[in-house]
Amino acid sequence: MSIANVLLVDDERPFVETMSKRLTKRDLEITTAFGGKEGLDKLDAQPNLEVVILDVKMPEMDGIETLKRIKSRFPLVEVIMLTGHATVETGIEGMKLGAYDYLMKPCDIDVLLGKVGEAAAKKRGHEEKIIEARMKEITSRRA
Amino acid sequence: MKILPKNRAYMNTKRIDTPFYQSFSRRMVLILIFVSFTPMVLVSGIILDEFRVSYREKIYAHLAELVLKHKQNIDTFLDEKMGDIRFITASFTFEELSDDIFLEKVLEDLRREDATVFEDLGIINEQGRQVSYAGPYQLERADYSNAEWFQRAIETPYYISEVFMGLRGKPHFIVSVRGRHEGKYWLLRSTIDFVSFNSLVENLRIGRTGFALILNREGEFQTQSVFKAVDGDERMLYQLIKKGERRPNGIYILERTMDTGQENIYVGAFLKDEDWLLIYQQDVDDAFSDLRRAQGIAVLIILMGGLAIVVTALILSKKMVRQVAELDQEKEMMNEQIIETGKLASVGELAAGVAHEINNPVAIMVEEAGWIEDLLEEEDLRESENLSEFLRALNQIHIQGKRCKEITHKLLSFARKTDSRVHEIDLNELVEEVVGLSAQQARYNNVEIRVDLQEPLPPMRMSPTELQQVLLNLINNALYAMDGRGGVIDVVTRRKEDHVLIEVSDTGPGIPEANLGRIFDPFFTTKPVGKGSGLGLSICYGIIKKMDGDIDVRSMVGEGTTFTVQVPIQPDRIDTLEPRTEPEPVAEFSSTD
Repeated sequence: MSIANVLLVDDERPFVETMSKRLTKRDLEITTAFGGKEGLDKLDAQPNLEVVILDVKMPEMDGIETLKRIKSRFPLVEVIMLTGHATVETGIEGMKLGAYDYLMKPCDIDVLLGKVGEAAAKKRGHEEKIIEARMKEITSRRA
Repeated sequence: MKILPKNRAYMNTKRIDTPFYQSFSRRMVLILIFVSFTPMVLVSGIILDEFRVSYREKIYAHLAELVLKHKQNIDTFLDEKMGDIRFITASFTFEELSDDIFLEKVLEDLRREDATVFEDLGIINEQGRQVSYAGPYQLERADYSNAEWFQRAIETPYYISEVFMGLRGKPHFIVSVRGRHEGKYWLLRSTIDFVSFNSLVENLRIGRTGFALILNREGEFQTQSVFKAVDGDERMLYQLIKKGERRPNGIYILERTMDTGQENIYVGAFLKDEDWLLIYQQDVDDAFSDLRRAQGIAVLIILMGGLAIVVTALILSKKMVRQVAELDQEKEMMNEQIIETGKLASVGELAAGVAHEINNPVAIMVEEAGWIEDLLEEEDLRESENLSEFLRALNQIHIQGKRCKEITHKLLSFARKTDSRVHEIDLNELVEEVVGLSAQQARYNNVEIRVDLQEPLPPMRMSPTELQQVLLNLINNALYAMDGRGGVIDVVTRRKEDHVLIEVSDTGPGIPEANLGRIFDPFFTTKPVGKGSGLGLSICYGIIKKMDGDIDVRSMVGEGTTFTVQVPIQPDRIDTLEPRTEPEPVAEFSSTD
């Protein structure tokens, strides 16, 4: 099993392609999208996606907007923001909106890998807690 | 920018000497002088001229009156004497008068009235022989037939002669009346005492040089002149006077410049049917001495006033030009500052754009390099002899990519500033914090950081992050300056009136004069390529200026450099800056310049 199911969203096609190759090589399951809308569609289509790596600056729907929608529709999916330097503050804003972390471009592949791992673990932790809570609910109802 | 104060002062003094200010000053002096002089000269000139005209008129009238009076005196004198002689002629017969003793008696009678005037009396027959004589001289039987006066006198009933020496060798003149006896003319003549006649004229003396004399038609003196040595021109006076200005009472006035340059005024009146001319002569300077004195005083006042005006105009215009120059200077400096601020702002925008545009491609390049690295690990290229070269090249791409990243970071922090939220802070605490941060690095560089803080400092309202950035920059620069050699950094805080001073001094090599003016300019750096962006001090400058503060540098080559940051203690003022500071995240410090 892969470390995590990751959706990589960025409008820079070469960046997405290379990054996905490198991350796949490091045992990540990568799905790619070249815009916010496409990313949301992919999330709809593949419920097993755990972590989204999201570029902040994109045409049409930008990272922050995409983040808001992701968080409202898929609250458990963790998002790691990738920012150019001019958008450090948008990274911070993203974290306020529920992003897991933010990284600056160009980022070290190992750092990114680490963050993705942590995010996936957190997501899984959350899911487990939810399952536990449900189980408790069911058991308590029975009792 | 408020740096290089010495240089500015030097420029300031030099400024006034430029052609622009010189001509400005000249124009102002000329206008001031012109405006002040014109009314002064006009008023005093007109008044002086009016005064001169009326004064001259007064002097003329006075002199004319005087001369007229004397003329009347002389006329009266001559008439009187003539009257006396005529009376004698009418009262006595030729026979009676021919008797010497009788004549003596008559003379005595005459003298009883007027002691000295009549010197003698004599009766002369038609042939010119003196028939009888009474007087002090032995002139009985004298023969006058050839005398000029006799020939004239015998022709007319009454005659007054010119002054002549005659037989007695003394100047005198004769008054004669013609009588008729047995169909033959005879003359009663009397010699008039010259001294008493002369005194009539001699008494007419005014001032130093005014005197009177009588001339006959030929220009011969009829009285003794006080100034005997009159030049030849005097003889022409009789003719000249007639050409002079004639006044209603028969007085002539003439002004004439002598060959010697001396100006004389002549007042003349004719006597004895224009035979004689009573003439009064006076030096013009003497006659108008009062006027001359008034003119002198006026000229003196004008000169002194003029001098005062010129001096005042010079001083005033110099002062004003200096003030204008100073204002211009200030204006220029303000313009410079505005340009500087604008430059910083536009550089910031440009930097932000460039950084962002460069970032993405660099990210892609780095990723691609990473991908190649990944591939190299698993392929059979592992055995390739060039593997180490590949790896080195890829590593180099990574390093250079990071360098690009650092540069764009700097550019961005320059453009976006940092966290500019304002807090109330203890400056000393902040300084110690920053010094603590730098301590480790300082130890590596063998540098001692000494801190001298003034306690207590008033709490300041400012952005701590920004001030941290400034201090860190300054300390890092100082460390860099003393690279490897070791030394001391002094960080000092002081309160100075309504400012707090923070000084960061190093014992490094100092900054050359040529660079001193440019160190706050964006992208100016002396570090080798790749080591510095040239933005550190420029950022500091921007931050401190935003705080309404000032940053200044003094440097001596070989001795060290001191940066002085001045921040105002004005909490209210800083509060008003708040709207500009939207919440911003803490970006990385641009740690070195």
